[in-house]
Amino acid sequence: MDTYILLQHYWWFLVALLGALLVFLLFVQGGQSLLFTIGKTEMQQKMLLNSTGRKWEFTFTTLVTFGGAFFASFPLFYSTSFGGAYWVWVLILLCFVLQAVSYEYQAKKGNLLGKKTYRVFLWLNGVLGPVLIGTAVGTFFNGANFIVNKEQLTVAFNPVISTWATPWHGLEAALVVWNVCLGLAVFFLSRVLSLLYFVNNIDDTEIQHKSRRQLRWDAALFLVFFLVFVGHLLVQEGFAVNPETKEVFQEPFKYLTNFLEMPVVLAVLLVGVVGVLFGIGKTVFSATWKKGIWFAGAGTVFTVLALLLCAGWNNTAYYPSLTDLQSSLTLENSSSSFFTLKTMSYVSIFIPFVLAYIVYAWRALDLRKINRKEMEELED
Amino acid sequence: MIETIDSSLIDWSRAQFALTAIYHWLFVPITLGLGIVQAVMETIYYKTGDVFWKKTAQFWMKLFGINFAIGVATGLILEFEFGTNWSNYSWFVGDIFGAPLAIEGIVAFFMEATFIAVMFFGWNKVSKGFHLTSTWLTIVGATISAFWILVANAWMQYPAGMQFNPDTVRNEMASFWSVALSPVALNKFLHTVFSGWIIGSAFVVGIASWYLLKKREQRFALASVKVGAIFGALACILSIVTGDGSAHQVAQKQPMKLAAMEGLYEGSNGAGLVGVGVLNPAKKAYDDGKEAFLCKIEIPLMLSFFAERDLDAYVPGITNIIEGGYTQKDGSTALSAAEKMARGKLAIQALADYREAAKAKNDSLTQQARAALDANFNYFGYGYVNNPSDLIPPVSLTFYAFRLMVIFGGLLLLLFLVAAYLSYRNRFEGKRWLQWSCLISIFAAIAAGQAGWVVAEVGRQPWAIQDILPVSAAISNLSTASVQVTFFIFLALFTILLIAELKIMLNAIKKGPEINPSTLQQLNN
Repeated sequence: MDTYILLQHYWWFLVALLGALLVFLLFVQGGQSLLFTIGKTEMQQKMLLNSTGRKWEFTFTTLVTFGGAFFASFPLFYSTSFGGAYWVWVLILLCFVLQAVSYEYQAKKGNLLGKKTYRVFLWLNGVLGPVLIGTAVGTFFNGANFIVNKEQLTVAFNPVISTWATPWHGLEAALVVWNVCLGLAVFFLSRVLSLLYFVNNIDDTEIQHKSRRQLRWDAALFLVFFLVFVGHLLVQEGFAVNPETKEVFQEPFKYLTNFLEMPVVLAVLLVGVVGVLFGIGKTVFSATWKKGIWFAGAGTVFTVLALLLCAGWNNTAYYPSLTDLQSSLTLENSSSSFFTLKTMSYVSIFIPFVLAYIVYAWRALDLRKINRKEMEELED
Repeated sequence: MIETIDSSLIDWSRAQFALTAIYHWLFVPITLGLGIVQAVMETIYYKTGDVFWKKTAQFWMKLFGINFAIGVATGLILEFEFGTNWSNYSWFVGDIFGAPLAIEGIVAFFMEATFIAVMFFGWNKVSKGFHLTSTWLTIVGATISAFWILVANAWMQYPAGMQFNPDTVRNEMASFWSVALSPVALNKFLHTVFSGWIIGSAFVVGIASWYLLKKREQRFALASVKVGAIFGALACILSIVTGDGSAHQVAQKQPMKLAAMEGLYEGSNGAGLVGVGVLNPAKKAYDDGKEAFLCKIEIPLMLSFFAERDLDAYVPGITNIIEGGYTQKDGSTALSAAEKMARGKLAIQALADYREAAKAKNDSLTQQARAALDANFNYFGYGYVNNPSDLIPPVSLTFYAFRLMVIFGGLLLLLFLVAAYLSYRNRFEGKRWLQWSCLISIFAAIAAGQAGWVVAEVGRQPWAIQDILPVSAAISNLSTASVQVTFFIFLALFTILLIAELKIMLNAIKKGPEINPSTLQQLNN
């Protein structure tokens, strides 16, 4: 494989990995959506908020790094999607802004809006954040309405090369049932992961009991939406690229073909799905087992990684245009230059070190589980 | 039919980005400065084992945390606004600009996010050494983050280490180190971080002074003044040195910005630096013949010296830069704005010709067009400019903002020196006028920081990337109404959150560190 093409695939892998880690870390959002369902008393809500509230920076930072890595490696996506699907991205950003301040401010005296308002903000972010992100990612498989014309740069009075073809600027993605299906799958997955995390991280019998009970409902709904999405994905027409002519065309069963032609990616998907199911199943059927989050978490990373690799690898257009098929974004036509990808690849050597210190610090903080005693000692 | 970009869309996109940046810069510098101060205090605790220093550090960490959350929230919006509001920019230079942002995420943000959790929640969960390391790594992460985003910003002011590729219709990185270590980037990073240290120090000294005015928490307050004032004085001195470096770089790379900073319309050899002055509001155009100033006090020869390190050097004014014809340092004759615009249009036309010839597979025409493009590319952005006067940034805003920054910066240095001297002589406690001055200095420091960014960003208009891409060609193709709506949403949200932040902070300050001497005695024993 040509080195440049290899680097494009390597960077798609890194972006996909960051996206997969982001979906795992959405357990923070999932926990917020369950704040009023699991937490019936002030003490319970305080424990729930402290459990996920000590991890929100990771979700936030992963989103920022995901954006930065996408910008650096595939700037045409950054330019086309962010500038075009304006409202979707603005709504996602607003959710994350509310999250950042609400965790910090909700329990503080003089917070202007009152504790309840900030907790409602957290709940809103917990519901909308995953649904919006999932729906936006759905467009990687189902397409979006844009046109890219690089000649436009030579038109002095309107040199903008990427144009969105609908006045809804991204909101129209919510009208595609399969996008919404993925959005809801991500939403219920985030709740499942948060319930597993509560079981692991909070040393409180009542919360553990409630979490295990709630897990059955959310797991069932997650499975329904996930299976419907994946089932449709495997039979739908996909967006293929001719590697010789660079022409984008629709191909029946493209994503199924991708999995069959990339058996390692298929294996990653299957391992991921098994991991998620094992993590959920054993937690549901055991009254004492608490390690479900690690199996389901790792499974989530594998599953999402495999789906995103399927969207971009094997001569696939990862951001198809429904308005002009040849405007669709592929790894080749949207990536940074060879020099930039190569330089950035040296930087990516730091990633294992970053992961190592995150794991170390995370373990150090989570060795002692959250309990009532700590909450009582905790100052506002 | 292709619609012309609405000029109001450009203005609202600018306004939205400026709004976000202004709010972001209210919080970030406090994080940068306060982070160091609290790390120093925790280090003293680690060395001495005196719980007083632990309590002192914890109090400042509490304020740090309140400030941090809204800082990162506004930062997130800023990063994504490059895509949402400046999409053409994102493609045109994303190959270069995206890299520092990605490195910032991978190297700095994760460090900050990981260790800030240990810093806040790890007091009773990890060892003293690990906790101290986490506190330092949090601020190291924040500072590395500042480095990479300022590298990106500096590159916009002085695009280096890149070449234009007509096949991909974008600029591509040719030298990573020319981007990361350009003299503009290094100066900008140091000057900005030192200004953050000043604001953080003013914050610490000002709040500590408030306790002294209220005759509360006196040991805590005096200790905080000592650390904060020394740190602040050092930061001011370093800021002056790097500020001089920045101004020198502006003179070399952005002469129009320097002319706007000085309200200088007619250049000269041995140009004087305007100390204070009042611009003539009747002057509306560079060529209307009206005087630039109603009155001014000039320091002779100093502008030439600061700009070129030569008392007799020539410094061009706005009119000279627009009309051209003066001899530049390299001996060449400066082009007029009209000539640059003509060459910019040639470059854009050459790009169109190149693309057409390449499609038709006509090699000779392709080469011809490429040669024309290369010959004129340095003026590419001027091809999108309609009128020479569009190349002049808002002079009065840039001029007054520069003076505000310098004057407040000087006063802060003086204040820190006096505060440091008196606090080490144990005479600070009785000087109420000084304590009031220190309290007010928080606002002066924040205003100086904001003014500095106004000079840097307003002074470089109309350029998104100096000479290569004006803001009018950098934007996203959105409806003006969409950007207006998000502008007001962000304005309302940021303002509410700012008020909430201030109220929470004031509550925390009123409550105080609550360092009880008898409890301390017990803990230390």
